[in-house]
Amino acid sequence: MRHHLILRVITKLIVPPIILFALYVQFHGDYSPGGGFQAGVIFAAGLILFGIVYGLRKVKKVLPPWLIHKLTALGVLIYGGTGVVSLFFDKAFLDYSVLASYPKDGQHYGILAVEIGVGVAVAAVMIAIYYAFAARPPRINDEDW
Amino acid sequence: MDVFVNLVLFAMLVSTAFAILQMRRLFGVVMMAGVFSLLSALLFVTLDAVDVAFTEAAVGAGISTVLMLGTMALTSRDEKLPRKSSVIPILVVMITGAVLIYGTLDMPDFGSANSAAQTHVAADYLERTPKDTGVPNVVTAILASYRGYDTFGEVVVVFTAAIAVLVLIGGLARRKDDEEETH
Repeated sequence: MRHHLILRVITKLIVPPIILFALYVQFHGDYSPGGGFQAGVIFAAGLILFGIVYGLRKVKKVLPPWLIHKLTALGVLIYGGTGVVSLFFDKAFLDYSVLASYPKDGQHYGILAVEIGVGVAVAAVMIAIYYAFAARPPRINDEDW
Repeated sequence: MDVFVNLVLFAMLVSTAFAILQMRRLFGVVMMAGVFSLLSALLFVTLDAVDVAFTEAAVGAGISTVLMLGTMALTSRDEKLPRKSSVIPILVVMITGAVLIYGTLDMPDFGSANSAAQTHVAADYLERTPKDTGVPNVVTAILASYRGYDTFGEVVVVFTAAIAVLVLIGGLARRKDDEEETH
């Protein structure tokens, strides 16, 4: 897409707000629509847009595939780990009440931690799947669309 | 007003579906599928299901469009014309549709206060969420706290999907090749 000047300029302008919005959705999920899943997808969409317009090589410099593959597992581990923490306090798996001195605060922290796990896992999974598809050779010429 | 908006959205949804049927170029089909998702997201908004609408817009219209385009780039740009006659598929679709419509006759009226969705556990959750968690968005509280096990399962499913794709279309093997090239 080297010669699509408008696409390149617009992409440069809107990728930062997309990622910022993803972070907003991630951390504001307690108060407004959205949460880890949506945030992860939006984050991935921002990076995929960047990858489509500027080429796979440039996104891979930002987030190399080995890192993405590890992040998919890390997200699941953050979620599961939060559950295991409450096991150590003699509570049920994923019972967040013990994470702070007040049960309500504990629930807040627990939900935040779990949502971060979801967000990391989903974003990394989407980007990993995109990498897997985009890394395959047959490229479409602009005339073929 | 609500009825009018719903009618317009449903009409557009149906015409999008017919447009998809007419098309042979898969690029157009993928784009129309994105439009379809966006319209259903709007319908969810009119139903006040903003969390679902959000997900539908991000996943249905965003990511899956990109993934379909990726798949299309790996396979073919044009739909193959069917060789067999389409009488039996049409019959199957029509019977299934008729059964589904018949099934909706048993459902409670739209927005009815006596429907199961309003009277069963929803009221309980709405009452308990402020006391238990203090989280204003009840959907988040249910997903992440009350139904934490289910959401954990979902995350594992997403993770498994990534593993399956990487195994099937060789993201991992390719990674090794890249490393070997650079060394």
